[in-house]
Amino acid sequence: MLTILAYLVVGIFVVGFIQRIGLYVRSPAPLKIPTTPAPTTTSGVVWRLFTEVAFFNSLFKGDKWAWVGSYAFHGALVLVLIRHLRYFVDPLPHYFAYIQIAGIVAGIAMVGGLGLLFLRRLLIDRVRYISSLADYLWLLLLLGIGTSGLLMQFCFRPDIVHIKAAMMGMWSSSQSLPMVMLGDFIFLAHLLMVAALVVLFPFSKLMHLGGIFFSPTRNQVDNPREQKHVNPWAKY
Amino acid sequence: MADYAVPEIQADIKTPALAVGTMAHLTPYPAVEKHMVPLGFPDQRVSNWQEKGIEKLGEMLKKYRSLQVYMDICVKCGACADKCHYYLGTRDAHNMPVQRAELMRSVYRRYFTPAGKLLPGVVRAHDFDEEMLNKWITYFHQCSQCRRCSVFCPYGIDTAEITMAAREIMDAIGVGHKYSTEIICKVHDVGNNLGIPKPALQGTLAFLESDILENSGHEVRLPLDEEGAEVLLVAPSADFFSEPHIQSLMGYAKVFHQAGIRYTISSVAAEAANFGMFIGSFDQKQKIAKRIADEARALKVKRIVVGECGHAWRVAYSFWNTLNGPFDFLDPRYPVPQHICEFTHQLIQRGALTLDKEANDDYVVTMHDSCNVARASRMGEKPGGQFEIPRDLIRASCHHFVEMHPETTHEKTFCCGGGGGTLTDELMDLRIQGAMPRVTALTQVMKQNKVNLMAMVCAICKAQFSKILPMYHIPMETVAGVHQLVSNAVQLGAKKGIV
Ligand code: HEM
Ligand code: SF4
Ligand code: SF4
Repeated sequence: MLTILAYLVVGIFVVGFIQRIGLYVRSPAPLKIPTTPAPTTTSGVVWRLFTEVAFFNSLFKGDKWAWVGSYAFHGALVLVLIRHLRYFVDPLPHYFAYIQIAGIVAGIAMVGGLGLLFLRRLLIDRVRYISSLADYLWLLLLLGIGTSGLLMQFCFRPDIVHIKAAMMGMWSSSQSLPMVMLGDFIFLAHLLMVAALVVLFPFSKLMHLGGIFFSPTRNQVDNPREQKHVNPWAKY
Repeated sequence: MADYAVPEIQADIKTPALAVGTMAHLTPYPAVEKHMVPLGFPDQRVSNWQEKGIEKLGEMLKKYRSLQVYMDICVKCGACADKCHYYLGTRDAHNMPVQRAELMRSVYRRYFTPAGKLLPGVVRAHDFDEEMLNKWITYFHQCSQCRRCSVFCPYGIDTAEITMAAREIMDAIGVGHKYSTEIICKVHDVGNNLGIPKPALQGTLAFLESDILENSGHEVRLPLDEEGAEVLLVAPSADFFSEPHIQSLMGYAKVFHQAGIRYTISSVAAEAANFGMFIGSFDQKQKIAKRIADEARALKVKRIVVGECGHAWRVAYSFWNTLNGPFDFLDPRYPVPQHICEFTHQLIQRGALTLDKEANDDYVVTMHDSCNVARASRMGEKPGGQFEIPRDLIRASCHHFVEMHPETTHEKTFCCGGGGGTLTDELMDLRIQGAMPRVTALTQVMKQNKVNLMAMVCAICKAQFSKILPMYHIPMETVAGVHQLVSNAVQLGAKKGIV
C-alpha cells in the first residue's frame, strides 16, 4: 500500500514539476527587462543567478531578519536532504559518517529558521497583512516535518535498519513495508507530511525552486543595443 | 491651488505602520471614447468585461514569461513591502508592492490554479468582480513602474511588469486612463506628447537661438528637419517648452555646436517619451518608437542621440532594437541609440569641450537618479555607467558635488513620485506623498551640506519636482537637468571641432 502511495506521490511531483517548468520554458520573454546594473555577458548572468541561489543576495539587501531565518532554513534543508540519502543509498559511501553531525545541527537550524520566519509573519504588521492561511500552513507543515524528524533523532528512535530495508525494498521490488513500522506513529506522521509537501509542491509558491531561474529581471544579459532581442509574437 | 495634505519631513525615512485604504479614494480619470478607439480599445467598458478580462489575463500569461513566473513564485516574504515610495508616503497596504501584485495574483489563482478553484479562502483567491476591478483601477494607477521593489525581491519580481499587464487588461475591457491614452493619441496625431505643432516648435527654436546669441555672443543652432545631418536629436517634448527642461536643451545645443557636429531635431519625432510603456502595450510602444526610426531614415542621419528622459531612455536603450531594429542603416561605430550624456561624456574625454566649473560656483549640487535610467537601462560600456557618466558630467561642470544617502541613490534610488503615468493632477495626493522619501533625503543634504541644486536626467522627474518641491517649501529652482550645468560651464568658441 505504502509503496503505491510513494510512487504516486513521486509521480505527481515529477509530472507536475516538469509541466510547470515546461510552461516557463515555453512562455516567451518579449522584451529585455533585466534589473540593472546587470551583467553584460552570459557568464556574468550565471554568476548573478548563483549568488541569488547560494546566498540570497537580493533578500540580504532587502530584509536582514528574513534573510537570517530563510538562510538557516534553506541551508539546513539542503544538508538534511543530503543526510537523508543514507536511507536510500546502499552501500553508503564512507564520507557520510562526517556529514552525520552536520546533518543533526542542520535539523535544529532548520526548525529554528522556520520558527523565526513564523514569528516574522505574526509580528510584523506588513507581513501579517499579506499572509494567507496557506502561507502559515506551509511553515507549520515544514515545522512539523522538522520537529518530528528531531524527535526521532533525539527521543523516540525508530528502528533505522528496518526503515532502510523497507525503503530499499521500495526501489527494487514491490515488497511492501514491514508492519513493525506502522507502529511508529512519529515516523508515519513524518512520512505523510513529507508526502503532502511533495504532492502540493508543483501547485504552490514552492515553485520558486524552479521559477527563480526563469525570472527575466535576473536571468537576462544586459546587451540590448549590441544584439537584437527578438519578440517571437511581435508583428515586424 | 487646492489644499493638499503635505507630509511633515522627518530626519530619516521611516517605515510607517500599516494603514488600510488611505489612498482608496484616489482614482484616475477614466479614458474617453475619442482616446480609446484610435488606440484599438473598446469605446467603453464592455458588457462581458469579467469574461473578457479573465480571457485577456490568460492571453497575457502566454505572452509574458515574467507575468507567468511572477504570478506563481512570490513566497510573500515581504522584503519588497517597505521599498515602495508610495507605501512609505501613503501607508496604504495596497501600495506595498506585494499587495499590489496580489490584486492580480488573487484573480490569477481563482481562475488559473487548482488551489484557487478548490480552496479560495485558504490561498486568498478572489473573483474578478466589480469590487476587484475598482481596486485594480485605483492601485494599478498608483504604481510608477519604478522597479525599486524588484531590486530587493529574492526572485527579482518586478511589480512594474504586473502593473503594465493589469493596465493592458483594463484597456482591453474598455477601462483606460485618460492621461495616458490622451497623450498617446497626441503623439500619433502631432508627433509629440504636448501636441506642439511644427510652427510653434520652429518659433521656440528660433527664440532659443537668439537667446543664446544674446547671452553668449555665439551663433548656436537649433536646427529643425534638416536632411543629411550627422545626428538626429530626440528630446522629450518638455525640453522645448518647460522650465527647467529648456535649460538642458540649450546645453545639448551648445555641446553639438562646440563639437562641430551637425545635428537636427525632427518635427515628426520631437518626442522621446513613449507612453506605450506606461499602458503596457507592446503594439503602442512599437508604433510610437517607429516614427523615430522612420525619421532617422528619412533625414539620412548617421546617429540617434536621446535627450534627458528616464522612461524614454529605457524604451530607447532596452526596447528599440526589439521594437524596430536592427538599425543597420546608421553608423556602426556608435551605439544605437546613444544617450546625450554618453555623447557629451565622450567629447569631454576626447578633450573636445572646455568646461569652466566656476560658472556653477553658486551651486552645491546633488544627483537624483531616475528610476528607469538607474534600474532599467545603462549608459556606456560597463554596468553602472548610468550612474557614473552623469556624475562625471556634473563633476566636470561644478566644484561642489555631494551624494544623498546611499540607500536612496544608484539602483536604490527613490522615484520622484510622478513616473509611470501618474504625472496628472487628479493623482496629486499620491504624487505629493510619494515624493516624501526623495524629499527627505534631499532635505538631509540641504541641511548638512547646503545643497541648493538637484540635478537629474529625466523630464518627468523635472516636471514632478518643479511642482512638488515648493509644496515642501523647497524652491522650484533647486530642480535642474545635468545638461543645464553643462550649459552653464561649457566655453563656447574656446576650442572647436574635434569629432
Ligand atoms: C533553488 C532552491 C531554492 C531557493 C533559491 C529558495 C529561496 C528562497 C527565498 C529567497 C525565500 C524568501 C525568504 C523567506 O521568506 O524565507 C524562500 C522562501 C521559502 N522557501 Fe525557498 N528556496 C529554494 C527551495 C525551496 C524548497 C525546496 C522548499 C521546500 C521544501 C522551500 C520552501 C520555502 C518556503 C516555505 C518559503 C517561505 C518562507 C516563509 O513563509 O517566510 N524553498 N525561498
Ligand atoms: S520580495 Fe518578492 S517574493 Fe517577497 S513578497 Fe515581495 S514580491 Fe513576493
Ligand atoms: S514598481 Fe515602484 S511604484 Fe510600483 S510597486 Fe514597485 S516600488 Fe512601488
